[in-house]
Amino acid sequence: MNRIFWLFLAAAAMAAAQQSDSGAEGDAANGKILFTRIGCYQCHGYAGQGGRAGARIVPMPMKAQDMIRYVRRPPGEMPAYTEKVVSDGELRDIYAYLKCFPPPKAVKDIPLLNSIKGQ
Amino acid sequence: MGRSKKTSCDRRNFLKGAASGAAALLTATPAAQAQQPQEPRRGAPAPSAHQVAMETAPPAPRMDVYITDRPGADFMVDVLKSLRFDYICANPGSSFRGLQESFINYGGNQDPEWITCCHEESSVAMAHGYFKIEGRPLLILAHGTVGLQHASMAIYNAYADRVPVYIILGNEQEINFRRGDVEWKHSVQDAASMVRDYTKWDDSPISLGHFAESAVKAYKIAMTPPMEPVVISANGQLQEEPIPEQDRRTLRVPKLTLASPPAGDSGAVAEAARMLVEAENPLIYAGRVARTPNGIKLLVELAETLQAPVQDRRHRMVFPSRHPLYNSGSISDADVIMGLEVADFWFATHRQTPLNRLGMVNRPAVKPGTKLITITAEDLFSRSNYQDFGRYAEVDLSLAADAEATLPALIAACRKRITPDRRRAMEERGKRLAERHKENRDRDFDDAAYGWDASPVSTARLSAELWNQIRHEDWSLVSEAAFVSNWPGRIWDFDKPYHYIGGHGAYGIGYGAPAAVGAALANKKHGRLSVNIQCDGDLNYAPGVLWTAAHHRIPLLTVMHNNRAYHQEMMYLQDMANRAQRRPDQAQIGTAIANPNIDYALMAKAYGMYSAGPIDNPSDLGPAIRAAVEVVKRGEPALIDVVTQPR
Repeated sequence: MNRIFWLFLAAAAMAAAQQSDSGAEGDAANGKILFTRIGCYQCHGYAGQGGRAGARIVPMPMKAQDMIRYVRRPPGEMPAYTEKVVSDGELRDIYAYLKCFPPPKAVKDIPLLNSIKGQ
Repeated sequence: MGRSKKTSCDRRNFLKGAASGAAALLTATPAAQAQQPQEPRRGAPAPSAHQVAMETAPPAPRMDVYITDRPGADFMVDVLKSLRFDYICANPGSSFRGLQESFINYGGNQDPEWITCCHEESSVAMAHGYFKIEGRPLLILAHGTVGLQHASMAIYNAYADRVPVYIILGNEQEINFRRGDVEWKHSVQDAASMVRDYTKWDDSPISLGHFAESAVKAYKIAMTPPMEPVVISANGQLQEEPIPEQDRRTLRVPKLTLASPPAGDSGAVAEAARMLVEAENPLIYAGRVARTPNGIKLLVELAETLQAPVQDRRHRMVFPSRHPLYNSGSISDADVIMGLEVADFWFATHRQTPLNRLGMVNRPAVKPGTKLITITAEDLFSRSNYQDFGRYAEVDLSLAADAEATLPALIAACRKRITPDRRRAMEERGKRLAERHKENRDRDFDDAAYGWDASPVSTARLSAELWNQIRHEDWSLVSEAAFVSNWPGRIWDFDKPYHYIGGHGAYGIGYGAPAAVGAALANKKHGRLSVNIQCDGDLNYAPGVLWTAAHHRIPLLTVMHNNRAYHQEMMYLQDMANRAQRRPDQAQIGTAIANPNIDYALMAKAYGMYSAGPIDNPSDLGPAIRAAVEVVKRGEPALIDVVTQPR
């Protein structure tokens, strides 16, 4: 039992390491081009900010492999992007690009937004 | 039918003469006088050689002058003035030239005043927007053929948005009155047939008395819920020929008495009250319930009585956006949902997911056992061909009645049933909903911060910058907010009836710009600052309405949501490409509005309007809007072109 537990933990750690590495492997510059070319921006916005047509994807909450899995078989209204349309490598490039966006400022640090919120 | 005094030439020459004004036509012309036979006097001197020559020479060709002492159109104007239209929106057309001349000269171009439109679709959409501010229809004049063909999409929008638009069509029914080829092409047997599927009533009167009765009847029908467009054909012969002598003593303008809207049956109202009061999580789903400003007050009263959340279909301004009960509920949590004037209630209670090649997957959005109530005048009138009525909704209690007219009785019935125990439960619910409302609002502002400094400008930033410049004014948003991810609804403070007019009705693009100008025309006399967030694709259908705004000095701030695409269609195309597993990058073809980019500031300037842009740096936006607001406050239209994120 103990041995199985430790084997499971080791496998999980390896999988996690692979997942976190897979994003770092991507080419963010190419990801930026792809983000526009294959139409990610159309629903998610050029800054990944989301809106009525698509969810916010910045900061990207998923690991690279999870994002790829999601894009291949999205459960909601998002169209599926199969390997024929975009490769895993290209999706990793997009992932790397999305990871480049800094977190947004807090509302209190944006004077205009803070002002109209507090009125 | 009486005949005109025919003393000269043809009707074409008459029309040239008519341009100098009806008043001039009422005086006898020299030519007319020359046609009066003279009696020879006894004992008169012998005729001169010249006179003899005149008498014996062959007669000169007869030169008749076609004059009318009181055209039928004058009476038509009397009838239409009795209906108290403020404005006529029209692109000029020969089939209603008689009416146009009478409105201007006989009617004095006042009440209604003529508004020059560059497209019939603009005329109708202006009336659509005007009604949603003022609660009264405008008068549209159009050719019965080519004009109505232009107007038809806008009529369908108004129909689907339950807006009364009053349309008079010019038509020359009598073949002997048609001038050549053009008027044959512009004549039609049954003018209204083209739009009969999406109008409520029409008629083609064959006499002036008939016109009077039908014109008043049409107004009454249009204004009875569910309110819809109506069409009356005005025969050219009736317009242009004199009022028959025998009719002059008897013609009269019928009295207009609007029908009071039907309220729900008292037993059904009591049952609805029971269901709502006994519910643990009732939810009010509001469509076009606020038919008048009082509708908003009544809805607030009902929601507060029940401490029930209100979800808004955003067809109109129906509930204050910062009220703690606004959008604080959840369809999936509700045990009783009441739809008020919701045309597509099925969609409120279901979720759809497209499934490749298998159509749509439909899932109930409500939990099992949830009771559904509808109160709507939609149940009192429907047509079958166009499918705007939506899917059949299976409900537990259905009141075929006007919701606003029913609310007072429903509120009273609810109050009567509320016990102290229920009162305590409702108060607890109200506290929870207020907390959720605050959480939603905080989340909306947090969301607005994403992409704040992005270029193109985010729609959240655009909405925030705009709100910052207008929030201390008496403002009115005269455009649809859905295309900018409803940011105004999320961060502005909507609480007055004129703060929001909703959208197209039938999603017919080309509505936005003219509806905004029409709504701004209504706001003008109230001194309100009208604001239009204008989609670029929409403006390109009929941009001439910018000239109408400039020409008639209609104060309106237009801020372009210039995403350089028919963006909804671009997303659909990308969806299709992904389903077919090929080249989503081709979705730009046929949907992008770029290369070259359209310079909307230059376009507005060409139409005589103040403008600025294109602006793609968000920090430039605030000062540009501030300057434009000053122009609008001086009574002029202005346009700011902003290059924006897609949604």
